[in-house]
Amino acid sequence: MILVILEQQSERQNSQWHRMSWETLAAGQQLAAQLGVGLQAAVLGKSNSALLAELASKKIGHIWNVEHDLLERYTADGYASACQQLVEKIKPSVVLFPHTYQVRDFAPKLATRFSQVLISDVISARLDAGALVYVRQFFQGKLSGDIRANGTGPHFASIQAGAFRADALETSATAAPSEVFSPVMDATMIRQRPEAPFREAARAVDLTTAEIIVSVGRGIKEQSNIPVVEELAKALGAELAASRPICDAGWLPMERQVGSSGQTVAPKMYVAVGISGAIQHLVGMKGAKTIVAINKDANAPIFEVADYGIVGDLFEVVPALVDAVNKAKS
Amino acid sequence: MKILVAIKQVPMRDSQLRIAPSARWIDEDALNFEINEPDAYALEEALQLKEKHGGEVVVLCAGPERAGQTIREALAKGADRAIHLELDLNSLDTLGMARLLAHACAAEKADLILTGLQSDDLGSGQTGVVMAELMGVAHSTIIMQVEVNGSTLRVKRELENGWFQHIEMPLPAVLTIQSGLNKLRYATLMGIKKAKNKEVKKLTATELGGMPAAVVWTDKIYAPHKSKQSQIFEGDAKTAATQLVEKLKFEARVF
Repeated sequence: MILVILEQQSERQNSQWHRMSWETLAAGQQLAAQLGVGLQAAVLGKSNSALLAELASKKIGHIWNVEHDLLERYTADGYASACQQLVEKIKPSVVLFPHTYQVRDFAPKLATRFSQVLISDVISARLDAGALVYVRQFFQGKLSGDIRANGTGPHFASIQAGAFRADALETSATAAPSEVFSPVMDATMIRQRPEAPFREAARAVDLTTAEIIVSVGRGIKEQSNIPVVEELAKALGAELAASRPICDAGWLPMERQVGSSGQTVAPKMYVAVGISGAIQHLVGMKGAKTIVAINKDANAPIFEVADYGIVGDLFEVVPALVDAVNKAKS
Repeated sequence: MKILVAIKQVPMRDSQLRIAPSARWIDEDALNFEINEPDAYALEEALQLKEKHGGEVVVLCAGPERAGQTIREALAKGADRAIHLELDLNSLDTLGMARLLAHACAAEKADLILTGLQSDDLGSGQTGVVMAELMGVAHSTIIMQVEVNGSTLRVKRELENGWFQHIEMPLPAVLTIQSGLNKLRYATLMGIKKAKNKEVKKLTATELGGMPAAVVWTDKIYAPHKSKQSQIFEGDAKTAATQLVEKLKFEARVF
């Protein structure tokens, strides 16, 4: 049986589902069908009843409502313990998670307790001669690899954002049965003392409403080169954005960062300049209608999501592009 | 306080990667290597904590002989000494790697263990968490700020979409560090000179209980399958730019 551990929005407690929960559930449905096994799902929290109605409409064999006062706010120790008890009770052959920041914090710990390794950031899985083969990326998406795990199980795998489509999720006319599972826990087991989540400051720049975004990455090399891409943004009437390293270095403010730790955007056009396209960046922009990539490395992962691309030196290509855009607009 | 920093040597960021004939891993012969970027930030954080609280910074690095270069660079930046687990990493999975590292850590009795949140090559993002579990100490991941108050630790953890959270936990603990939380220093000439005389203790897998067997392994690696058919323009910049703008205007209709 496959068990999918779902996630609530970590910043807003007990209010709504993390959207990647649905993608992972879709992965679980597809894998369970391939393997010819059942699918079960679990949600952890202090009181989850408000979330269960939406979940029960999906095609799931059984829902585990894992409730405990100590699960009110996420902690690595609390979640690892509760999941361990559930896995020991129901003995799944595969445990799937969404590859979120929260899962990265506790799932490796959980897998270790079963002498297993979490197969993280999986983009697909298939059955090969009776055994599951998981596909994940290496070198920030430049290469892919087939991963196998030994037979004893359970396997633990986390699913990359966007790898499975939430709209492929099968629903069911009859509500999935749910059952409360109360893990045995006490406060002394939990060493982390989490405080309330917060945001740094109100965002002055809302990239989500921009029609066109020109985004810059490491390829720009130095802060003094930023005007090169600013010119392009001006010519296109675009907002300027950046990948994480540019904001980390302070070359552009954090509020202009696109990616898993920054903003998620879906503009009419996204122009990625000197951005290699690590998954942390791609999840923040691959919903754009048209994606243009300019990069000197023809093998950069950004070209896998690009509709149009120029392989070349951005310091030659971008000024030429500014001229061509100005000409086309005049 | 004693701070251990686990670092990894990885191929340089812009390396042209070629798949080895076995297809199990890349061909490493022609590559240059450097410190894994998040690990460089972990090292910097350790050095800053030492400057504030005193104590010792010990670098822990597993890898073949060539990793010695990255270790020397860390010593030149200010780490006091190093432990080099000299071994070939290719047959190890995360659990095996963490077992060896945890074994090497045990004798050190460090107050704090720092490492990068993930490696740029494998990217599994879990070695620190698994080490913490094996050592029976608390941990937290994707850390943007570290404060030590006596025997407790207060950290700022990054959540998704621009959210953060403070977390307190007791020492000893393992933290995985996010890139960008501090400003990296360069090694000084004096630092490079001093590094030559700093201790690098070499350990083998045998001394750490033997090479653990893998529970997961990479069968083969390959170029990713393209999910989208993209139109690529090449040639001189001006021609490529003109062709692209044509397409954007008449096909994508973005302006």
